[in-house]
Amino acid sequence: MDHFARLGLPAALDLDAAALDRAYFSLQRQWHPDRFVSKPPEDRARASAEAASVNEAYRTLKDPLSRAFYMAGLAGVDLPGDGKTIDDPDLLMEAMEAREALHDAATPEAVDRLAAQAREDVQEALAGLGSLFLANDRAALRKALLRLRYLDKFAEEARARRMNLDRSNA
Amino acid sequence: MTLLEIHEPGETPLPHAGEGSLAVGIDLGTTNSVVAIARDGKPAALHDETGRALVPSVVAYPEAGGVLVGDEARAFTAREPRNVVASIKRLMGRGAGDLHAVAGVLPYEVEPGTGETDMVKLRIGGRARSPVEISAEILKALRTRAEAALEKLVERAVITVPAYFDDAARTATRDAARVAGLEVLRLVNEPTAAALAYGLDKGSEGLYAVYDLGGGTFDFSLLRLEKGVFQVLATGGDTALGGDDFDRAIAERLLAERKRDGLADEVDETAVKSALALARHMKEQLSDRDQTSGRLEIAGTPSFHALTRAEFDAMVEASVARTVEISRNVLADAGMVATEIEGVVLVGGSTRVPLVRAKVAGMIGKPPLTDIDPDEVVALGAALQAEALTGGGDTLLLDVTPLSLGLETMGGIVEKIVPRNTPIPAQLAQDFTTYEDGQGAMAIHVVQGEREMVADCRSLARFELSGIPPMTAGAARIRVSFAVDADGLLTVSAEERTTGVAQRVEVKPSYGLSHEDMADMLYDSMDNAEADMNLRLLTEARVEARRGLLALDAALAKDGGLLSAEERAAIDAARTRLEAAMEGESRDEINAAAEALETLSKPFAERRMDRGIREALSGMSMGDLESRVGD
Repeated sequence: MDHFARLGLPAALDLDAAALDRAYFSLQRQWHPDRFVSKPPEDRARASAEAASVNEAYRTLKDPLSRAFYMAGLAGVDLPGDGKTIDDPDLLMEAMEAREALHDAATPEAVDRLAAQAREDVQEALAGLGSLFLANDRAALRKALLRLRYLDKFAEEARARRMNLDRSNA
Repeated sequence: MTLLEIHEPGETPLPHAGEGSLAVGIDLGTTNSVVAIARDGKPAALHDETGRALVPSVVAYPEAGGVLVGDEARAFTAREPRNVVASIKRLMGRGAGDLHAVAGVLPYEVEPGTGETDMVKLRIGGRARSPVEISAEILKALRTRAEAALEKLVERAVITVPAYFDDAARTATRDAARVAGLEVLRLVNEPTAAALAYGLDKGSEGLYAVYDLGGGTFDFSLLRLEKGVFQVLATGGDTALGGDDFDRAIAERLLAERKRDGLADEVDETAVKSALALARHMKEQLSDRDQTSGRLEIAGTPSFHALTRAEFDAMVEASVARTVEISRNVLADAGMVATEIEGVVLVGGSTRVPLVRAKVAGMIGKPPLTDIDPDEVVALGAALQAEALTGGGDTLLLDVTPLSLGLETMGGIVEKIVPRNTPIPAQLAQDFTTYEDGQGAMAIHVVQGEREMVADCRSLARFELSGIPPMTAGAARIRVSFAVDADGLLTVSAEERTTGVAQRVEVKPSYGLSHEDMADMLYDSMDNAEADMNLRLLTEARVEARRGLLALDAALAKDGGLLSAEERAAIDAARTRLEAAMEGESRDEINAAAEALETLSKPFAERRMDRGIREALSGMSMGDLESRVGD
């Protein structure tokens, strides 16, 4: 059973967050181990396994980026594992320039601007995924998703840099 | 004692009679512990005779034998400081490799465990004792208090742990409960329990944060509360940061001032403990005053010290700033900003420090919530969860893993399998392969922590998956599965999948107790078994007597008219004697007084029985009776 089916939701890129929460809470009400404290061990084990599957489905689908990767996997897009080197020259160039800009950003405001830009790029790229899924263009999907993964990492790095700047200014 | 009881149908005078043992909530704190019970969704902390809910988490092992816990143990510090242990929670699940984290913090002789994954022990009262054993004494004292207050047996509990407690410390806490004879229904994270107390009591909804600065640990958690669901979004903290650090900062200043004034102290355990006691007092005074002073006496030489709020603030500022930094990181983890928070719940005695309140208010832009006593709020939440787990409440508590779990891969790099803030229970797996032709075995090293290198994370367990059939490098598919249960405890298993020969090894991370340690400890607790047993029998006798008295009172209220004035006076006198015996410590006296009362009230019970039968028969014709007899 895929994660969408487990939660009883349509396999959609633009999942309704409130509907996802509702489905998740309702299944956890049914399966959470707290409901099985005084039940026999085999029932407890079953509940624990079910609750874990529901948790995994929820965690995967909750974040739009991880949801997109999961859907790409279902669509047969071949994605390299996390942390592998970038094999797209355009992306490589973009990444190098952005890293340099982050390295040079000396004030919290400058870092914030870069982080905001990265978040905007993520939103834009996510919005563009829908048509690629529709067209089932695997090569383009792969390229777009790898860029998304990079942008997400960059936002994370910007955050770390911001924390360091805050600390040294404190 | 059994009094004959006659009840109206559906009207049982003792709603709890015949019910099993009760489940309590326990906050096993670094500095203080609290036990609480919830009934019908209303939690209450259990107090001692003097009305105090807090039990200092202090254990004393007097030379003369026996064990003291709480205020008595703390008071004993003056007599045999070497035989008194405080803040033992800091050592729960800690191994030799962690000693740097607590070095200089605890004025005890610490013995590292023998292996990498052995817990440290303390040499105290002439013997090496593990943190589990010492914590179990605190749990036993809490259990005794609960049984005395509730007059019922207490065998099950929800125990709280800092969200940031790692697997080893959680396992150690469970072990301590077992030694204390308590079945742990669930380990609940302290901030989650605090939110439970607020959410259920106050009906709060929205995004809430819990800022928990205890004696030895700091936790910051973000939760979403809605319609009975408590969803932890993210959590973070530091297991070596707390109010004890504030005390230590003051104590160091006191000792330095003595040195400056030319007092040649030998700074031994006694000196440190005296300085810490005054430091704690001064810290508490500064919560609502701008300055304080006190007298410190070491080896017969007194000295006088003053401290202002401003000086104290300067001393603890760095620690408080660190808590704010951790809080901001947790917010960032959840993708939230501080202004989205509806309210911050303060937990832990150290949140009474004005600087802490000011910094928290500054961070979220509104004053923190303090309407539930920060010392009791965690235990109250645990009690609510204990009631929900035993009574089937509708509350749903969805918690997360506080720390990432992973495996060591080539070059000492950590491959994270379960990232932090993953909802639990969780089951996640990852496939690995061999790196040499014909490799027959694979070493599996389980670690916990956020750092990239194994050396910077905590080692939880090592095992070897052997019997891998000969294959070329990279052909084997070894699936390593991590399962984290609802208590946050981890089980790891591994199997080779290509050959169909399922090799399976299950590992429970160590740092808990070996079976031998556990056996030793249970054996040791047998030494105290007689005392425990006597206490239990005494409690049972009181419970039985109370039950009899309630039944008698109900009968007297209804049918008191069946007794003559002399009979009534005799019963009342016997009743008073029983109540006096119940106040005492003698089980035999209670039983004797109960029996005397029972004998005296026997004719009364018989008369009530007769009357009950007459009433049942009244209004029936002979024909009715005959037809009934004929049935």
